[in-house]
Amino acid sequence: MSGTKLSGRPMLYTSYASEMALLNTTTKKVMVGLLLVFGAAAPFIFPDAGGAGDSPLDINLQLLANACIAAIGAIGLGLVTGYAGQVSLGHAFFLGIGAYTAAVISGTDRTGRLVGYGVDEILIWLPAAGIVAAIAGIIVAPLATRLRGLYLAIVTLGLVFIGEHFFKELTNISGGTNIGRPAPTATLFGVRLDVTDPNFSRDQKLYWLAFVLLVIFALAARNLARSRVGRAFNAIRDRDIAAGVMGVNLARYKTVAFAVSSFYAGCCGALFFIVSGFFVPEAFNLELSVLFIAMVLVGGAGTISGAILGAFFFTLLRPVTRALPEYVPFISDVSSESPNVFQLETVLYGALIIVFLIFEPRGLFGIWLRIRNYWKAWPFSY
Amino acid sequence: MAVVSQTVVREAVVTEDPILVFDNVRLAFAGVKAIDGVTFAVGRRELFAIIGPNGAGKTSIFNVLSGVYRPQSGRVLFDGVDIVGKRPHRIAAAGMARTFQNVELFANLTVLDNLMLGRHTHLRYGTFSAIAWWGRARREELAARAAVEDIVDFLELAPWRRLPVGLLPYGVQKRVELGRALAMKPKLLLLDEPVGGMNLEETEDMARYILDIRDELNIPIILVEHDMGLVMDLADRVMVVDFGVQIATGIPAEIQNNPDVIRAYLGEVQRA
Repeated sequence: MSGTKLSGRPMLYTSYASEMALLNTTTKKVMVGLLLVFGAAAPFIFPDAGGAGDSPLDINLQLLANACIAAIGAIGLGLVTGYAGQVSLGHAFFLGIGAYTAAVISGTDRTGRLVGYGVDEILIWLPAAGIVAAIAGIIVAPLATRLRGLYLAIVTLGLVFIGEHFFKELTNISGGTNIGRPAPTATLFGVRLDVTDPNFSRDQKLYWLAFVLLVIFALAARNLARSRVGRAFNAIRDRDIAAGVMGVNLARYKTVAFAVSSFYAGCCGALFFIVSGFFVPEAFNLELSVLFIAMVLVGGAGTISGAILGAFFFTLLRPVTRALPEYVPFISDVSSESPNVFQLETVLYGALIIVFLIFEPRGLFGIWLRIRNYWKAWPFSY
Repeated sequence: MAVVSQTVVREAVVTEDPILVFDNVRLAFAGVKAIDGVTFAVGRRELFAIIGPNGAGKTSIFNVLSGVYRPQSGRVLFDGVDIVGKRPHRIAAAGMARTFQNVELFANLTVLDNLMLGRHTHLRYGTFSAIAWWGRARREELAARAAVEDIVDFLELAPWRRLPVGLLPYGVQKRVELGRALAMKPKLLLLDEPVGGMNLEETEDMARYILDIRDELNIPIILVEHDMGLVMDLADRVMVVDFGVQIATGIPAEIQNNPDVIRAYLGEVQRA
C-alpha cells in the first residue's frame, strides 16, 4: 500500500490507491479478517453432528461446504443478472454442463455403462468444467445481444428444458433418470479429499476446498465488478443506449457477462455434488434455476456479498424446512404425498422473492446496509 | 454588406479544416422525413448551435452523429473519416462524446463511477487483467481516477462525488452528464439541451462551463438548445432546421433577422 491513512479521520484518504482499495476502511478489514478466520476454523468449531467410527459424517460442515459451493454459482448469476442486468433463467443448464464435464473427466468406467476418463485431479476437471460451460455461455450470448428483459428470460428458460432432455437421454454420460452417476472425485495434488484420513475427515477437507474456492472466486468477481468491465456491465443494465454512446461495446460485454457467469456456473456445477457424492440428471431443472435467482434477489442483486449471503441463506434454510414435518403434522416428508415439504420449499422460494422485491429490493445486503447506516449515524436518526 | 461577409469569412475558415462534415444526410422513418438533406460543417474551434421548433430533427441529427440512427443517404465525416454505419461505441472511441436531452446517467452508480465510465474507451486492459487487478489494470484505473478528479474540480462536483446520481438534483445531474462526456476527452462534444429545465442561476453556471470547455479545453461543441438567449450569446454560428429541412446557417446576429427563420418560429405573416 502506498498512501498512508491518518487514523481517526474516516473518509480521509491520502492516495487514490488507498481510496480504491478493496478493503478501504478499517471496519471492512476487521470484518473480512474475522470472517476469513472463522471460515478457516469452522471445521474445528463445529462438533461432529452425525455418524461415528470409520465414516464420520459432519452434517454442519457438509451444509457449510454446500453453501460455499452454491455461493460460487450465485456469484456467477449475480454477475450476469445483477450486474449486467441480463435476466437468465438458464443457470441450471450451465450448472449441468459443468457437472457432467467434470464427471466425465473424473469418472471411471467400471461397468462400461458410463463414459469416464479417470482424471481425478481437481486442478484439471474444475477449470475444464468452467471452460466448457463458458463456451456454452458464449454460444448462447448472441441471443442476449438481440433480446432483452422478458424475452431473454424466456429463451434462457428454454435452455433448461433442452438441457434437461439431453441430460436424461444421454445415459452413457448422465446414467439416466433416477439412476445417475457418481460425482467427480476430488483429488488435489494427488491427495484424495473425499475420503477420511488419519489427520482430517472427508467433510473437513471438502469444506476447506469449498471455502478456499469461494474466497478465490469471490475475490475475482469483486475485482471484475470494480473494473472497467464491471462498470460496463452496470452501464448496460441501467441504460444500454447511453452505454453504447459512451463507448461500451454492447455485444462484447454481454458476451463477457455470459461467459464469466457460465464459467462460475460450470465450476459450481462440478462441485455441487461432491459432498453428496452422487447426482441424477433431473437435478438440473427449472427449480434449480429459480433457486439461484432467489439467492441473488433475496441476497441482494448487484453485489457480490449479497449473492454469497443469499446462497448461505437458502442452503441453511433447507434443514429448517426439512425439519418442519416433525412439528407441523399436515406437511409430509414424502414426495408422493401432498402437501409435502418439497412443494413447501418451492412455494417458499417464490414467496421470499416476492416479499423481498416489494419490501427490500436490495435484499439481505440492503438490510445490512440499513443496520450499518443506523449505527454509523447513532445516536442521531439521520 | 458587412454582416454577410462575416458569415462568409467564418465558413471559409471552417471548410479549410473541419472536425465534422455533415453532407446531404437524409433520414426517414417510413414516410416521416426526420432529416431531409441537411449539410453543415463544424470547425475545430467552433461552438456550433442547432436550433429549431420541436420535432424539427435536431436530436435526430445527434442520433445520426453518435451512430444510434443510420441515415438512408449522405455522408458524415468525423475528423476526415466517414462514420455512417459505424456502431455507437466505435464512434465514441473515435472521439465523439454527447449528452442527452433527458438525462441518461447510470442512476445506480456514484458520480465517480459515472465519470469513470466516461474513461471507458481510454482504458485498454482486458477481462483477465481486471480479474487479477494487478499491473496494468490497477495502474490504468489509478490513472483514470486521477483524470476523473480533474473533471470533478472543473465542474465543481466535489460535494457529490460518492453519491448515486439518482439521488442528485436535476441541475447537478446535467452537470454530471456533461462531466461524463468530458471524461472521454472528446475531439467533438455534442450537447443536447444542456440547460433545458434549468433555472436562471443554473443556466448561467452551465453557460460558463460551456465557454470554458471551448476556450480552455479547446473542444469544439455542437449545441442543441431552445434557450435563444444562451444560443445567441454563446454560439459562433447557428443553424436553423424545421421539419428536417435546413432553413439558414450563419452568425447569430444574421440568423435573428432572417425572415425564413422568423417565419418558422412565428408562422406565416398574414397579408391582406
